[in-house]
Amino acid sequence: MQPFLTLVRRELGSCYVSLIGYVIVAAVQFLLGLSFVIVLQALVNKPFDVPVTEAFFNNGLFWLVMLLAPPIITMRTFALEKYSGTYETLMTAPVGDFQVVLAKFTGALCFFMSAWLPLLAYPFLLKRFSVDLSVVDTGAVGGTFIGIFLFGALYISLGCFASSLTRNQIIAAMLAIVIGLGLFLLSYLTFIIPPKPGWQSALLQHVSMIEHMKDFTRGTVDTRHAVYYLSLTGLFLFLTLKVVESRRWK
Amino acid sequence: MSAPTTPMIEVENLTKRYGGRAAVRDLSFTVQRGEIVGFLGQNGAGKTTTMRMLSCFMPATSGTARVAGFDVFTQADEVRRRIGYMPEGNPLHVEMRVREYLKFRARLKGLSAGRSRERVDIVTEQCGLGDVATKVIGTLSGGYRQRVGLADALVHEPELIILDEPTKNLDAHLTRAVRQLIKDVSKDRTVFISSHLLPEVELTCTRVIIIHQGAIRESGTLDELQRKMSAGQQVIAELSGPVPDLREAWEHMAEVEHFDIAAAEGNFHRCSLTPRAGVDLRPQIFELAKARGWQLRELTRTRHSLEDIFVHVTKREQDEA
Repeated sequence: MQPFLTLVRRELGSCYVSLIGYVIVAAVQFLLGLSFVIVLQALVNKPFDVPVTEAFFNNGLFWLVMLLAPPIITMRTFALEKYSGTYETLMTAPVGDFQVVLAKFTGALCFFMSAWLPLLAYPFLLKRFSVDLSVVDTGAVGGTFIGIFLFGALYISLGCFASSLTRNQIIAAMLAIVIGLGLFLLSYLTFIIPPKPGWQSALLQHVSMIEHMKDFTRGTVDTRHAVYYLSLTGLFLFLTLKVVESRRWK
Repeated sequence: MSAPTTPMIEVENLTKRYGGRAAVRDLSFTVQRGEIVGFLGQNGAGKTTTMRMLSCFMPATSGTARVAGFDVFTQADEVRRRIGYMPEGNPLHVEMRVREYLKFRARLKGLSAGRSRERVDIVTEQCGLGDVATKVIGTLSGGYRQRVGLADALVHEPELIILDEPTKNLDAHLTRAVRQLIKDVSKDRTVFISSHLLPEVELTCTRVIIIHQGAIRESGTLDELQRKMSAGQQVIAELSGPVPDLREAWEHMAEVEHFDIAAAEGNFHRCSLTPRAGVDLRPQIFELAKARGWQLRELTRTRHSLEDIFVHVTKREQDEA
């Protein structure tokens, strides 16, 4: 346990001492702030029937952040260590491969979640300045954060996997973006394929991230969604572990 | 804890193949506790590969290696706890501060918070890092970085230290400083050090293993290697005797295989004598000079430097190939 915590601390520390960490936090804040303003302006004078959280968190800017931030956070996890050679000092220390993988994932996920924390202020801003106090539902905010966490966990584990495959950070980031985008674009198939009843559209409903996020932002945490994301996260962590272990395959 | 009588490193028929090419072939050697062993070879001879296998970074294709009695493949955790390994090029987290880095490494290696503080203080002192303890590693000079790497290898009090090319890319002064440091820290532990620099090994190690193209060519203490090489060794004596007498004396000395006499300054003659293998001619020459009443102003044995031995050993290999 101690090596694990030590590693998590180092991973988090390395995010906060590097410029790239602050660039990510600043970019996330900028894009979300922008989306906040856009949503507010669009909604200011007309009645609307969707929760604010949905209008706010299920739009293009939100998904841009969701798709771009994790690969940039995780691209360094393994690739940089391999490139600089510190991978060798790390893997010859008495630490298990699984501890290393899990620590890198946990560190990156904690950093990713911390970049979203300022968002908690937005509901209070809305409550303070809105006439209708019921406009922000605590359940919806909670569901939204659970959604962000689940999406984040999936994309961070995917990023760790991509990073473990190469010693080049750029390749790691590109790979993670391509796979991540591929997963996300599955949602658009529901728009392209005409919705006719059948197993295809049922399947697409189950893997559509946009649909899932719609539920989360309405405060509905569907266990099926949670299981979907957690198992994909588990799969990518398992693959990462196998790549790390492959060093010791004969 | 394993019995202190087991050798520190036991390697048996260790082989590592990359694709079809063997980087290390059928390596077998033993390092006893307390030894400082130099692992000498040209670039690409298989030094780093061997060290990576010993430090559990990668597995061997075949053969076994044990550190302190633990198998490096099946008991990797036990082995890793017992070794301090500094890889080639001494990779460090350049964005961390020296003390912070050492603390991180100590905690990673399982030391408790209090113990790691203690140990970091000790190795900081030991490696002369006191002045730079709060500096960012990336801003340090090569010599200091090397010390940080060494401090990291030492921080958890390992029984065995494995150093891969510890003085690579350092200038003469720094090399000397790092070498002294290695000597200091090696007093109470086993050190296994690789190098392609001969003086390095000659000055620090008690025993040398010469590896060439993935296989061991020679191994032994420097003296043993000298003796093995003594076939081509000469003794130089400058004596004041007349040439015919000298010639006659050497012809009668059974241990002299070949001799050469040349005039030297004054009344002296410079004799180059080639002894039969393994014989030290010097006492006999001294006795001869005493008996004949000749003056003896120089008596030396041309010692082979490790460099000669190395060139000899690796050249033989190339000739055979």
